[in-house]
Amino acid sequence: MGNEARLEILTRINRATAAGERPQVERTAVPASVRPHAEIVAQFAEYAAEYRAEVHRVSEAELAALLTKLLAAQNVLVPEGFPAQVLLQLTPRKPQATHADLAAYDAVLTTCAVAIAETGTVVLDHGPGQGRRALTLIPDRHICVVRSEQVVESVPQAVAALQAAVEAGRPLTWISGPSATSDIELSRVEGVHGPRRLEIVLVE
Amino acid sequence: MSAGGIRPPRPFPDAARETLQDTQMRRNLKHATTTIREKRLRAVAELPDWEEIRTRGAALKDVALADLAEHLLMLEASVKRRGGQVHWARDGKEARRIVADLAAAHGAKEIIKVKSISSDEIELNAELEARGIHAVETDLAELIVQLAGDTPSHILVPAIHKNRAEIRELFRRELGADLPTDEPKVLAEAARLYLREKFLTTKVAVSGANFAIAATGTVCIVESEGNGRMCLTLPDVLISVMGIEKVLPEWADIAPFMQLLPRSSTAERMNPYTSFWSGVTPGDGPQEFHLVLLDNGRTDVLADKVGRETLRCIRCSACLNVCPVYERAGGHAYGSVYPGPIGAILTPQLLQLEDDNANSLPWASSLCGACYDACPVKINIPEILIYLRGQITPHKTPNAESIAMKTAAWIFNEPFRFEGALKLARIGQGPLVQHGAIHALPGLLGGWTSSRNLPAFPAKSFRELWREEGQHG
Repeated sequence: MGNEARLEILTRINRATAAGERPQVERTAVPASVRPHAEIVAQFAEYAAEYRAEVHRVSEAELAALLTKLLAAQNVLVPEGFPAQVLLQLTPRKPQATHADLAAYDAVLTTCAVAIAETGTVVLDHGPGQGRRALTLIPDRHICVVRSEQVVESVPQAVAALQAAVEAGRPLTWISGPSATSDIELSRVEGVHGPRRLEIVLVE
Repeated sequence: MSAGGIRPPRPFPDAARETLQDTQMRRNLKHATTTIREKRLRAVAELPDWEEIRTRGAALKDVALADLAEHLLMLEASVKRRGGQVHWARDGKEARRIVADLAAAHGAKEIIKVKSISSDEIELNAELEARGIHAVETDLAELIVQLAGDTPSHILVPAIHKNRAEIRELFRRELGADLPTDEPKVLAEAARLYLREKFLTTKVAVSGANFAIAATGTVCIVESEGNGRMCLTLPDVLISVMGIEKVLPEWADIAPFMQLLPRSSTAERMNPYTSFWSGVTPGDGPQEFHLVLLDNGRTDVLADKVGRETLRCIRCSACLNVCPVYERAGGHAYGSVYPGPIGAILTPQLLQLEDDNANSLPWASSLCGACYDACPVKINIPEILIYLRGQITPHKTPNAESIAMKTAAWIFNEPFRFEGALKLARIGQGPLVQHGAIHALPGLLGGWTSSRNLPAFPAKSFRELWREEGQHG
């Protein structure tokens, strides 16, 4: 059945498209931003906050102290590859496989791959410091460290920056604010299945 | 049961006549669509190059469709290279059998589902139930529809016809949830608690797909609640059902769609969560992945040079939210999982213009053009509606037009509502009238008066004068 269906669908498509014209689309490089980078970073902070992410803006020197404060008395999961110099007493660990184990953590602390100003989005490519996808999904609080140089202005710029990760077969998770729904009367409510708190630590 | 399929059980005019009686549904819909319309305009206005992005989105879809066979073969090869398996289904029956066989092979008694219109199109849940496998809908609106034994009435928000009070009652009854208020936050929390355990323990998940990238074998799910991430990440086995028209050639091609879709659907700059994955990721997420490529009438749409444009659709639902007919008749009147303007052109075409009930749908429109303006991929819905009317009328259902036109007249000319609207207009126009004309309408209506004046509404309408004259005479 399988091969027969495949052959029939492909034949039908070829018959349907054989005579038609071939539309073209130009695929050019995404233009660089003209606005000052500081402005783009500020827009990212503003838009992320509008989607109810809690945004902390700190300098490199203040980072360790802020993380210590945020994570006090919390059972925190830190994926492998999280930069050691800001880890303090937190130790990265390879969490055990079960989902129930992950549910026992209060929070997860990660880095990100890229952040998008025009949408207030952080993107994980689940590389070092970000962990496999379940790690940032099951704990109820996600703290994500974003470095200002990781912020791009637009979605097309982010897509271009993520090309290598996708080609390497890595999954991506785009996160814009905490979990939300618009399913009841089309009004947005935060806090459904994903982490109900998203904190962004923006290092400038 | 949330699976409605695409075959309308009766013609649109018959169904609409019934749904129009449901004043609660009409109020719920009007509230929801009015809110989203205003939000969408604001979200779109933020991107100065919105029109160019729309043009690019449309062009990329046309390119993807023009060489669809090549792109699907490339997608198949890429997914396989990344450890996934690819299945081809000619119709709904074949697709649901593939999914049910896979679930059964894993001994599943229960599976979790991400909202997927294509799975509703193929009536998957019924097939699974028949084989002793319960499908749990995890999207909040789909869960509401499933618990209520209802069918979806909107592409994006299948339970748009229900208000918060109705949902609270439903959750009390079906989930035994203790709900202090009907605030959406409280209702969402009830769903969170109910589904948590299922996410952590269920072994097989079924999803649809918003997009797929041929070159990299990457599949994409756009969502809000995190139920999608749960289903795509935690189970051992993932089965994704995807219409063949969802494929894009290259990774970079996704960019305009991630700009167009969120702003057009939920009117947000970006939806909370979007997941991309390529086959199987070692040590991360499901270690068995199946992609089911679904035709089910799409190759017929592709073969029609005018109708082909329909396949650009990214299921954002902007056309539903701006449609005056949809707002009045509601999604159920269309009798298909694809309601509204896009449904009016997609449903009959997927059924090869051979289904009499579906053939009444191209008349479920006043041809006002609002859908074309709102469509992020520039599908010329009014033109296709007229084209389909021409294809259908001569030889298929000769009476469809007259029946549908009567219904349209009935929807728009319901006398008490028309008069009510005029009265409101007279009361509301006071501050706007200068020298007997309206020079600038407020808000969104301003576009109309920016280049022309509108005569002021007279103190009494013709209908009112006629009635009074009649009494005196």
